[in-house]
Amino acid sequence: MMKKWIVLLMVAMIGLGINSAAFAEDESFFDWLFSLEPRNEIKPMHNELYNEECSDCHFPYQAGLLPEASWRKLFEPAALEDHFGDNAELDDETRIELLTALIADSADKSHYKRSKKIIASLGENEAPLRIIDIPYIKRKHHDIPEDLIAGNEKVKSLSYCDACHQKADEGIYDDDTVVIPGHGNWTW
Amino acid sequence: MNKLTLFIIALLLSPVAVAATPIEQRMADYNPDGNLTFDAKRGEALWHQQRMVDGKQRDCNTCHGKDLTQAGKHVKTGKVIEPMAYSANKERFTKLKKVKKWFKRNCKWTYGRECTTQEKGDLLKYLSQY
Repeated sequence: MMKKWIVLLMVAMIGLGINSAAFAEDESFFDWLFSLEPRNEIKPMHNELYNEECSDCHFPYQAGLLPEASWRKLFEPAALEDHFGDNAELDDETRIELLTALIADSADKSHYKRSKKIIASLGENEAPLRIIDIPYIKRKHHDIPEDLIAGNEKVKSLSYCDACHQKADEGIYDDDTVVIPGHGNWTW
Repeated sequence: MNKLTLFIIALLLSPVAVAATPIEQRMADYNPDGNLTFDAKRGEALWHQQRMVDGKQRDCNTCHGKDLTQAGKHVKTGKVIEPMAYSANKERFTKLKKVKKWFKRNCKWTYGRECTTQEKGDLLKYLSQY
């Protein structure tokens, strides 16, 4: 009799495990509420196609760095044809798949702290095309001298997140993980 | 020679005859009926064909670099672009989908238009012999 209970308990536990794993990708409010994962940063991108396609040319910016409306504008076929001066055309199938993944985790849907701050800093209908035009991002980089960014051959622009943010690919952007090339750690 | 010996010889030779390199396969993809002839010289000329955009010259080497056996650097982002020469980079040209994607993007960026099938084949031929 005792054994049966143990087996039942184990089955229930496995079931719970599978359930929470299944929800990891598309997280509900309750998953968020009961999750022990820290949500201080930006959700890392797990979409392999996205990481592969975008990192051919640049750091694969996380979905949670821009609101849905921005991603929609960026992923218009005509917009991709002139993607900040480069041709980044995608076939429709790929384009829709990537856009769908971006929308699902865009800043306005994210439970992550920095995404929320990004949205809070934007006006209601504001949807910038560049992450560096977001007021929160601007403010965060405001007091770094220009010669460490634009005047720094190894950085060039704020657009290259991973030039200084050592854990940018994991969606981690806190001060402790910043190393400015030719300068060192960034301390206030 | 008896038939069996001939058969064995044929069997041994066949993989050699059939196994085309990825870049040869891509050239065949752009020439399914076999009625086009691809020319490395024409490909080379096209590779170096320049166009002025916003006061700057651009050609293929703008991002791929002068020595195609070496890695290039994206003119804007600085991202490393693996070598284009088939001799230096056997991984290139293995996927038709990727080849199509980059021909489309880069012909438009470099020449301001899409490349013709003939031109794509010529460029592949050039890179296959580099």
